[in-house]
Amino acid sequence: MSATTAAGRELTIVQAMREALREEMLRDRDVFVMGEDVRIGGSFLFTLGMLQEFGPERIINTPISEAGFVGLGIGAAIQGMRPIIDFQYGDFLFCATDQVVQQAAKLRYMSGGQVKVPLVLHLPTGASGRGAQHANAMEGFFFHVPGIKLVTPATPYDAKGLLKSAIRDDNVVIFCVHKHLYGSKGRKLVQSSLSSQHVPEAEYTIPLGVADIKKLGDDVTVVANLVMLHHALSVAERLEAEGIRAEIVDPRTLVPFDYETVFRSVEKTRRLLIVEEDNERGGWGAQVAATVAERIGDVLRAPLRRLATPNVPIPFAPPLEAAVLPGEADIERAIRELVAGGRAT
Amino acid sequence: MKSIYPLPFDRTTVIDRDVALLESMFRGMVLIRLFELAVNQLFLRGIMPGTIHLSYGQEAVPVGVCAALRAADFITLTHRGHGQALAKGVSPRSLMAELFGKETGCCRGRGGSLHVGDFSVGALPAVAIVGASSPIAAGMAFAFKRRGEARVVCNFFGDGTVNEGDWHEAVNLAAVWKLPVVLICENNLYGVSTHITDVTLNERIAERAQAYRIPGVTVNGNDVLAVHDAARVAVQRARDGEGPTLVECLTYRRGGHKRDDPATYRPQAEVDAWLAADPIDLFRPLLVGDARIGAERVGAIEAEVKATIADAVAFAQDSPSPDTTHVLEGVYA
Repeated sequence: MSATTAAGRELTIVQAMREALREEMLRDRDVFVMGEDVRIGGSFLFTLGMLQEFGPERIINTPISEAGFVGLGIGAAIQGMRPIIDFQYGDFLFCATDQVVQQAAKLRYMSGGQVKVPLVLHLPTGASGRGAQHANAMEGFFFHVPGIKLVTPATPYDAKGLLKSAIRDDNVVIFCVHKHLYGSKGRKLVQSSLSSQHVPEAEYTIPLGVADIKKLGDDVTVVANLVMLHHALSVAERLEAEGIRAEIVDPRTLVPFDYETVFRSVEKTRRLLIVEEDNERGGWGAQVAATVAERIGDVLRAPLRRLATPNVPIPFAPPLEAAVLPGEADIERAIRELVAGGRAT
Repeated sequence: MKSIYPLPFDRTTVIDRDVALLESMFRGMVLIRLFELAVNQLFLRGIMPGTIHLSYGQEAVPVGVCAALRAADFITLTHRGHGQALAKGVSPRSLMAELFGKETGCCRGRGGSLHVGDFSVGALPAVAIVGASSPIAAGMAFAFKRRGEARVVCNFFGDGTVNEGDWHEAVNLAAVWKLPVVLICENNLYGVSTHITDVTLNERIAERAQAYRIPGVTVNGNDVLAVHDAARVAVQRARDGEGPTLVECLTYRRGGHKRDDPATYRPQAEVDAWLAADPIDLFRPLLVGDARIGAERVGAIEAEVKATIADAVAFAQDSPSPDTTHVLEGVYA
């Protein structure tokens, strides 16, 4: 469990991320932020107020030129800087796909270890009522590529500790935060018991590659991240009153993936539900399902279940968007079916 | 297509030049030529694995440019990068070993011909995707500028690159932020088999600089001193904080795009004219003629380089292959 308490100052994710950024910029002169409109805070206000404190030399507005400034960030990282590239919408990273997949991810390996690329790409991810082209679950695409680390924090405490680790990491780290989780002023925030929480002022980091159990339970394991984590948590807290005890596992980082924590939970509950917002085909959940089936499939009392978005672009009309995204009702139904069904022993 | 012929070679003397520099440029061009010819033979004999893009015929460009750089400066290389690597100081042994995929190669056999480079001598292991190296070069220059280091980055690319979006994005960023980048276009007229005039209305690549308000010049890329003079001006401008310069060097591949390309798409008259304007053949008589170096010394340099290449081949062939048990290591730092 995270070392958090309900007491004390409560922060949203974007506030926690700002603290992490500020601390790391004060700690290391080589850290800087580059992106579209970062001087006024960027799209989700991650860099709000940073210009005033750190100046335009370290809070750098770019042209709308993703391949250019991602490549530029790679070059700066190769020479020892620690760039954080801020995207207005993660979706725009596709304009720089070659730079990420072919350059940043491979330069270390194919140079025989001569170079390192300490680069953070901050991507607002997921569907948020903006239609198909500002709705990709970016984590799914880059999950496939060796050489990239992939972080998907869902809570303020995790976002701060993981962002600090990402900035200090010597590799390319893609840091995906769901658009409905920032808690930025004027933006929708998906509510759950963890959508804002106490975040310590004292220095801490969270290592990449360590999952966190957000709620203990014995009856079923639910592995979920980003917005789906909050949906799963809300459902699980309601079902507790009926005596259905779901264990909620947040992988927190998809690469490296903490399979051991998932295995330990599934060996206890012997039932597994995986929930992700990505399209169902080839999502990270498919990889987790395959690995669980391969490694500990014989402990399952019932076939494992997956919830994901069907293989369709995200539609605009709010009822249509809601119809394709996994929601609390879907999660509740899947948990009930898993707990009710399957072998007795 | 419209045939493009070599620019006039109007040099009659090298008397005003530093002898040591002339010698080192000659040696550098011969090193690349003999290296590429040796590699070609090794491929034809089926001894060397992989694919290969030879740069013979284009030696004057990397040699003239790198002679204007300092050891602490950086270059980025193209997929046709052996010559650029050698010119910046990558050792022939480690370069040859890399082409053989050996553990002693500059990239420990993980890169191959398309990704050669040695970070310790300022040659970033090559980015073999057309256009992709330009933003990275700008980024390295950004880091140098940010730290107040008087270092420059020379970005080598071909004529095909200037129609890539990455290149334009990088030139725009380098121009607006006045980054210490030198843009060196090795214009050998062909993107694989496609002639530049078939795909670009204005074949004078240097004119693209005007759109970004940076200087652009076109030089005879087979005249190592013309290349060097243009590069010196561009490098100084970059070092002085005035931003990038585009230097278009007109040159020609002696061979095809890669080892299995006979290059029959090039008109014979064009090929003949360019082969007659060979950069080493143009330079050698100047060294001999001014008598400050002389035929004997020129012959000795050629013999030394021959021995260096033979040593590199032997070293590479005798070196161990990488241990396959380590193949999954090194993905992350």
